[in-house]
Amino acid sequence: MNALSIIIKREFSSYFATPLAYVFILVFLVLSSAFTFYLGQFYERGQADLLPFFNFHPWLYLFLIPAVSMRLWSEERKTGSIELLLTLPITLWDAILGKFLAAWAFVGLALVGTFPIWLSVNYLGQPDNGAILAGYMGSWLMSGAFLAIGCCMSALTKNQIIAFILTGITCLFLVLAGFPMVLNFFESWVPSLVLDLITGLSIISHFIAISKGVLALTDLVYFFAMMVLWLYLTHLALAAKAAD
Amino acid sequence: MIKVSHLVKQFGPLTAVNDLSFEVGPGTVLGFLGPNGAGKSTTMKMITGFLTPSSGQVSIHGHDIVAARQAAQTRLGYLPEGAPCYEEMTVKNFLTFIAEVRGARGTVRNQWVDRATDTVSLRKVLDQRIETLSKGYKRRVGLAQALIHDPDVLILDEPTDGLDPNQKHQVREMILSLSDQKIVIISTHILEEVSAVCSRALIISDGQIVLDDTPQGLRARAADHLAVSLKVDDLDPEALKIACQALSECERVEIAEGGLVTVFPVPGSSGLLMALQMLIADKGWQVAQLQQHEGQLDEVFRQVTLEAQR
Repeated sequence: MNALSIIIKREFSSYFATPLAYVFILVFLVLSSAFTFYLGQFYERGQADLLPFFNFHPWLYLFLIPAVSMRLWSEERKTGSIELLLTLPITLWDAILGKFLAAWAFVGLALVGTFPIWLSVNYLGQPDNGAILAGYMGSWLMSGAFLAIGCCMSALTKNQIIAFILTGITCLFLVLAGFPMVLNFFESWVPSLVLDLITGLSIISHFIAISKGVLALTDLVYFFAMMVLWLYLTHLALAAKAAD
Repeated sequence: MIKVSHLVKQFGPLTAVNDLSFEVGPGTVLGFLGPNGAGKSTTMKMITGFLTPSSGQVSIHGHDIVAARQAAQTRLGYLPEGAPCYEEMTVKNFLTFIAEVRGARGTVRNQWVDRATDTVSLRKVLDQRIETLSKGYKRRVGLAQALIHDPDVLILDEPTDGLDPNQKHQVREMILSLSDQKIVIISTHILEEVSAVCSRALIISDGQIVLDDTPQGLRARAADHLAVSLKVDDLDPEALKIACQALSECERVEIAEGGLVTVFPVPGSSGLLMALQMLIADKGWQVAQLQQHEGQLDEVFRQVTLEAQR
């Protein structure tokens, strides 16, 4: 066991030492089911797939993921335990990745907890389980990208509320980037190259592709690149101002 | 051996630590003394590798804290100010985590946890969550994690701050009981602590060392070092004052309320007490009170830190 896995283990179990884990999982399950059945018209559509389930994940993650990520570094900075953590003989990357991977695994666990929906759809019809698996993968990758953003924002401030809001806003921008209302706003005054870039940044377009069962390399690269980028920014932020 | 040379830390326009240099060898308990905001904690944060110095070097047993941070950090244990830890964990889980991060596995890990638990007497609360513990116990948990790998170097930032007198005593006993092969650096603004545990004291003010001496050496700088207070039955304090002023060892005499006469020695002389005793025997005085002063540390502290700020 190396330093990274020890930190993952500690971080992961710390979720369950407080009510946070249980509240999060409960809220996630209740809301994802409610959205699927009421707003998504799961029955009325009469199709055996989980699109109505996955379609709401970006919106659900917009406020649930910041709630998980806001404490990652803010809390350490506020209580001063960051001083303890970063004077242990580990690298800064061990600490950053340990926290991130534990959070990602935790969200993954919540996602696994939605399996009754998968059972229901299999009971009701013959869905394409490969596509459903891809949908789960896409949702998990998206949560990873959101969490990486949350890590970075949490590293910037001692205040968890600020971390929550900054993460929510950044994620909202990335979700909305592919929507006409945002694109129309930029269309008239930015060069088409920038407009393409904004569209390309959109989480939604990459997520929708995967949730329909198409695991394209570009989408995978997009999500992993997001995680690498934001974790790298976390590293920069902590190296520069961990002590403030 | 810890070597600190020309250490500087700047936060924007503020210079928190300004060209600090010193060396400490094994068997020393070094006290960092200084007013709040003098740069004690900042210096400790640089020695432990939490903060990167703006310039200057720190080496711990030959390992540079910036270039070979992890190698240096394996040799040291650190209690940050306020003893922060992961409060949602139980004491046992927390200590196990620290032991594992520091490389202990299986039985070695359990031995480390056991040893640290016993050193700071945590056995009773081992399965309690840290957040439920009293301040004194929390501080002990912080000390336990700093000690767990039996490091050569211990850096303790205000280890007794906020503790009650009994707890302070325990922590000091513990620091004293540590192997005399270690280097211990503690920061404090409590002066009695310096004489209680330190073998050497650095007074820091405005990020600079203003005094580097033993606690005895510090006392020797006090104005009342080796001064003698006395009270004689049936003798007017004024008459006593005149009699004392005749002594060659006497610099000046003060009379306090209640008639206590304090005789201050000529700087450098050490025979004042003896001379006074001879005087007393000679005159056949009935002495009600006789006391030699060691020197007030807080006076020295105030004197040197205020001088430095001027």
